[in-house]
Amino acid sequence: MVAFIVRRVIAAVLMLVIVSVATFAIFFLIPRALGQTPEGMASRYVGRDATPEAIQGAVKRLHLDDPLIVQYGRFAKGIVAGQDYSLGPRKAECPAPCFGFSFNNNQPVWPTLLDRLPATVSLALGAAITWVVAGVSIGVVSALKRGTAVDRAAMTVALAGVSLPIYFTGLVSLSLFAYTLGIFPGGGSYTAFTEDPVMWFQALVLPWITLAFLYAALYARLTRAGMLETMGEDYIRTARAKGLKERTVVTKHALRATLTPILTIFGLDLGLLLGGAVLTESTFSIPGIGKLVIDAIRGNDLPVVLGVTLFAAFFIVLANLIVDVLYAVVDPRVRLS
Amino acid sequence: MRKTNALALAALGTALAMGLAACGGTAGGGGDKNTGTGNTGTGTSAAKHNDGYTKVVNASDAKGGTLKFAYSDEPDSMDPGNTYYAFNWNFTRLYARPLLTYSAEPGEAGLKLVPDLAEGLGEASEDGKTWTYKLKKGIKYDDGTEVKAADVKYAIARSNFSAELTDGPKYFAEYLDAGDYKGPYKDKNLDNFKGIETPDDYTIVFKLKAPFSEFDFLVANPQSAPVPQAKDTGLEYEKTVASTGPYKIESYEVGKQFNLVKNEHWDPATDTTRKQLPDRIEVQMKQSAEDIDQRLLAGQIHVDLGGTGLQTAARAKIVGDPKLKDSTDNPYTPFNRYAMMSTKVAPFDNIECRKAVQYATDQVATQAPWGGPLGGDIGSTLMTPTTVGYQQFDLFPNGADNKGDVAKAKEALTACGKADGFETNIAVRGDRTKEVQVAEALQASLDKVGIKASIKKYPSGDWSAQYAGKPDFVHKNNLGIMIAGWGADWPSGFGFLSQIVDGRFIKASGNYNMMELNDPAVNELLDKGIQTTDAAERNKIWAEVDKKVMESAAFLPFVYEKTLLFRPESLTNVYVHPAYGMYDYTWLGVKQ
Repeated sequence: MVAFIVRRVIAAVLMLVIVSVATFAIFFLIPRALGQTPEGMASRYVGRDATPEAIQGAVKRLHLDDPLIVQYGRFAKGIVAGQDYSLGPRKAECPAPCFGFSFNNNQPVWPTLLDRLPATVSLALGAAITWVVAGVSIGVVSALKRGTAVDRAAMTVALAGVSLPIYFTGLVSLSLFAYTLGIFPGGGSYTAFTEDPVMWFQALVLPWITLAFLYAALYARLTRAGMLETMGEDYIRTARAKGLKERTVVTKHALRATLTPILTIFGLDLGLLLGGAVLTESTFSIPGIGKLVIDAIRGNDLPVVLGVTLFAAFFIVLANLIVDVLYAVVDPRVRLS
Repeated sequence: MRKTNALALAALGTALAMGLAACGGTAGGGGDKNTGTGNTGTGTSAAKHNDGYTKVVNASDAKGGTLKFAYSDEPDSMDPGNTYYAFNWNFTRLYARPLLTYSAEPGEAGLKLVPDLAEGLGEASEDGKTWTYKLKKGIKYDDGTEVKAADVKYAIARSNFSAELTDGPKYFAEYLDAGDYKGPYKDKNLDNFKGIETPDDYTIVFKLKAPFSEFDFLVANPQSAPVPQAKDTGLEYEKTVASTGPYKIESYEVGKQFNLVKNEHWDPATDTTRKQLPDRIEVQMKQSAEDIDQRLLAGQIHVDLGGTGLQTAARAKIVGDPKLKDSTDNPYTPFNRYAMMSTKVAPFDNIECRKAVQYATDQVATQAPWGGPLGGDIGSTLMTPTTVGYQQFDLFPNGADNKGDVAKAKEALTACGKADGFETNIAVRGDRTKEVQVAEALQASLDKVGIKASIKKYPSGDWSAQYAGKPDFVHKNNLGIMIAGWGADWPSGFGFLSQIVDGRFIKASGNYNMMELNDPAVNELLDKGIQTTDAAERNKIWAEVDKKVMESAAFLPFVYEKTLLFRPESLTNVYVHPAYGMYDYTWLGVKQ
């Protein structure tokens, strides 16, 4: 078992290295291959009508004229050994793990990521709890009431949930519940849990529901399908034949079996969301990882894009690792393979 | 339509005059009396559409409360010396006072320069190469220490001569006679900066390479706000700016939240252009643009910091609701939206072919993507109506309805030797939806006279450095027409024209004179104008330059851009400052 885990951890680290090289190549190598010059890149990070001297200054300051391998080496070294950055009269120190400094606002990337993480975790965990509870419940009821109006209504809502984009449901829910009815605060009201737990909760209710609406729909459909399949199994018939109550048959026998694949998908979905819920964070102006990366992409802020990509990849790799280990615990055949 | 515009401009002029008469001179000094007659304390409910354009709406000297701004992005920097964002030249005045600033008044009077840190306007030497300013005595930073002339000198040295502060303009580096000064981060001895002299603690003498009669405009930009050398932290200074204005920085989480509180060392007796009404000012950054509009309409925030106006969805809502529309203003921004035809790309090297495009263009169609009349007035000149020196004229009338004059266009094509039309390319920033729509409208106009134009899209990030701003690329790719826009750094003819029409500014990359027009007569007029000390004479010259460039037919104006600003009922002392094309952020207060 230990050897299995070590193997998987090494594979996960290698995966992160590959992701970092690939991301670096996309943002640095491809533009160069297409004829982009260091001056052309630097001109994005200086003011309007910048003089050639100012552009050259930015080239030097951001090390854009170094060979790509040197630039990647500096980035990789920063992660393990930290790096310095000239602020003008003095240098800023960026201790390890240093993911570099933003080209746009000169802030170190790693502290920025840590600053944005709580908002993303708050959003992801709250939404995850909401969609699992709602999605699985609806799926079970729908399966048990198969073919009835309840089933059809639930699946119609689920279809709508899967189909409607978050920026639509988000804006509509804000318009209705925040600006018309005034039940919840509007966008941009996210407050850290440590500052004001009540406001933290109020500000996140709408984003949780909006995000959960999308996922709950998916989980409801998955649960329904799983339940329908399981309820037709022989052991369910046996359980009923033993005289067990229907509630026991459903919850202890059928649902338990149905939940296994759902929990697997849940792990991956949660991992993905911890890397940033871009649309939800943007719609509700939540200062999380997703909002950070979309703004960085718009602003060609390469160090931030690189940092967030690695950060998100870390969570996905971690979630995969946990799922793999859990599989190994459940099924010894996985360990052997 | 163009006649309509002329009438509209005349009406605006009258309205401005009436508004100014009502304002009764400088509105500064902080009293309701200054805002005039029936406009005081009437509340936005009584105000009408565009009232904020000509008078102070909801005038009040009530103090307290929190003024809330939101912004969909983050600025380049909150450091007054390192920012080029238009709204920041307005906003930073809350905590940074330059030597001069613009009069706090709506209408044309707001384009007048008045002393801020300085006692008066600059005194020029006879040869126009030396400009002297005297500092007001007793002006203090938020820590209670007094502002000294050396701090102004240092501020300009760091913002214009350092490799680190790259976001702001570099006009002082361009015009000051500073030799090969390397900036204060490389050379800490400020005496080696010869471009500015400070013979005593209250006198600042600027030494220029050549006469520059509009130097007062340069020192009205926030880079002349003083910075004590000992407090300069370079790129981090934006978090701890030494304040001279009515507010000081409480905290700045870069890209998230910027908070200001009252500066108790600000003395209103020394400041004729600002108020200090709210207790706090908060700015949220990186907010959803659509959500900002909803929050404005719901009264949850007071101002969209960017000052670029409401988004499409909110505009549609407002246009259909007269009551909501009464709470909006529709001012000009400093921008002209236009196309330039390259005089070096055939067949636009022939003026008649350029004229054909001028006459063929349906300017109503090219106005539509900007939002129709609310998005801008149809243009016919380079300078916009809020530029000092602007004169209205139209050298290429293209039909009574401005929808294009096909007959005249075909005449010009024949004169060009291309009676059956020709093929060309329109270059546009592909990620700017409105500009792409303008290109499509232009393409359709030209098609009617046999000019087959293909649209070539390029990324805006490299537009100037790699594509339309690079003449070699333009020639190789036959980019005959380029869709662009320009807003002046200061509202004078020179500020608007020099970068885009002076043939000596044609650059191998980052070129804004995309016409590649190098007319010695234009260049000479620019030189003559900038050396002319009499403002009225100077303004005549700018109008002459405008006309000369338009005569080349290489500049195709689309719209003098306008924006639609919303003023919530809870906002007080609201008026559009003409120098910034948005509300005067230093005057605002909130109802509690």
